[in-house]
Amino acid sequence: MTALLDVKQLSKSFGGLVAVNNVSFALEAGRITALIGPNGAGKTTCFNLVAGALRPTGGQVFFEGRPIENTPPELVCRMGIARTFQIVRPMRDMSVLENAMVGAFSWTTNVNEARSTAYESLESVGLAGKADARTDQLTLPDRKMLEAAKALSTRPKLLLLDEVMAGLRPTEAAGVVRVLQRLAEAGLTILLVEHVMRIVMEVASRVVVLHHGAKIAEGSPSEVAMDPRVLESYLGAGFHA
Amino acid sequence: MQKRFEGAPDIKPWLAGAMVFAILAVAGALANPYLISLMTIVLLFTFLGQSWNLMLGIGGQLSIGHALFVALGAYSVAVLDVKYGISPWIGLLLGMFIAGCAGAVLAWLSFRFEVRGIYFALLTIAAAEFARIMFSGWEFVGAMQGLFFPAPTNAIEFAMLRGDARFYYFVALALAALGIVGTELISRSYLGYVWRAMRDDEQAARALGVRTFRHKILVIAISAATAAVGGGILALVQGSIFPDSIMGMGPSVDVLIGPVVGGLGTTFGPLVGSLAAIPLNHLMGALGDSLRIPGLNNIAYGIVLVLVVWFLPDGIWPAMVRLSKAIRPPSRVWLPQPRKAEE
Repeated sequence: MTALLDVKQLSKSFGGLVAVNNVSFALEAGRITALIGPNGAGKTTCFNLVAGALRPTGGQVFFEGRPIENTPPELVCRMGIARTFQIVRPMRDMSVLENAMVGAFSWTTNVNEARSTAYESLESVGLAGKADARTDQLTLPDRKMLEAAKALSTRPKLLLLDEVMAGLRPTEAAGVVRVLQRLAEAGLTILLVEHVMRIVMEVASRVVVLHHGAKIAEGSPSEVAMDPRVLESYLGAGFHA
Repeated sequence: MQKRFEGAPDIKPWLAGAMVFAILAVAGALANPYLISLMTIVLLFTFLGQSWNLMLGIGGQLSIGHALFVALGAYSVAVLDVKYGISPWIGLLLGMFIAGCAGAVLAWLSFRFEVRGIYFALLTIAAAEFARIMFSGWEFVGAMQGLFFPAPTNAIEFAMLRGDARFYYFVALALAALGIVGTELISRSYLGYVWRAMRDDEQAARALGVRTFRHKILVIAISAATAAVGGGILALVQGSIFPDSIMGMGPSVDVLIGPVVGGLGTTFGPLVGSLAAIPLNHLMGALGDSLRIPGLNNIAYGIVLVLVVWFLPDGIWPAMVRLSKAIRPPSRVWLPQPRKAEE
């Protein structure tokens, strides 16, 4: 079986700074994969390269076998890759429901169809009860979930989530984990950028670890957690499990 | 910025709007000639304000050179009518086409080279000034001498859009109503959602699959084409056009006063704003003349604008909506739900 997303020797440098260095990994359909690493490891850059927000300086990204590394973000989205932003970006003058409707207009021009899709998206992240609220009335975890709902309305095959758990309390994060698990059970492929290790262990079936822009490990959460290079990158040299 | 009323089955604004226009129609039948001509200008600038508002208030693209599109419509009507005796209806269509293309080309060039935001606004000024200077020297369109329509008659000729002041009042009224209905329909269609998303956060909109490049061009072309219609009628109402009277910075600013004072991005803002600003301008002009203080109208205009921006930064109309809601609380209030224990 070919991978849904295939990242091959991806590199990105900003001037002299190499943010992502020769990273390769593949995502299998229907799984939750996590991209982890300490701050500054290049996770978000890697993520922006896949989403089309940045162009790589080297390497390729294939989605369903088609190269997408030079495709602009709106077309990447229309091909079936939806993303969220690390810093939540609700459209502030629009209600929660209207925010969630925008994504649906990537595949329909029918307002009623968009509205019912938006309701479904909100429902699947547990926000249906707040559909008429203004976005500035939402709590942080709700805003994070609104970002996911907006992305879901585009009917993606692959959902890219950038640090949806960051800044959440453990109980709130547990709620998000349940939402992600339900989405994955429904057949959605998810790539998660995260640095809260505990959550990654719980939710991801596969983990890719970046450090200083390069991939240092890949495997199941338990394999990765035992990897000495991973421990070193997180905890410093000299630490051994 | 204040949220407009939205949601599908909400017919109250339509009813309120219909009532306002019924009153204006009756007023048009009864009012004296001075009031009629003043209100004609108010209604035309309501329509032009709608056009400008569509571009900035919904599409997020600032134009400070909207007079360019107004003038393209005005000149299309005037050249065809005055020089060839062709009906202004054709002129309006031609004007829409030319202005729409001009808007699209300007937008394409600008966004193609990543000129956006305030720099795009500067480009619109440059384009309008360029056109003004070009038209000032272009003999075919009358150059500085301008173009004069045939003297007004009392006989109403619908096919040639010719008639007395009252006739033009009703034309302007119909246009303003059309503008309001059109804006409301567009903002409730998928274009309204996509454009507002693009206005609020272009990068986020793109990530949700909005092809912002073509939507920016589309909203500017539509705005330009509607501005041309307003310009064509304005030329007929004024009976003559000159490059300086219709293309300079002045007309560009006149277009945006209504929506800015009335409420950016709102459907009724341009009407409310024009109703407030234009009569005030005329009143102060008359007062200035009688007191022999030239320019009093501009000073008053400036003061009112500053006061509105200071005290009602999102405009008069949203403030009116807030006031009516404060008097009669809305039925649909969202309150934070208590968090469930299991979370």
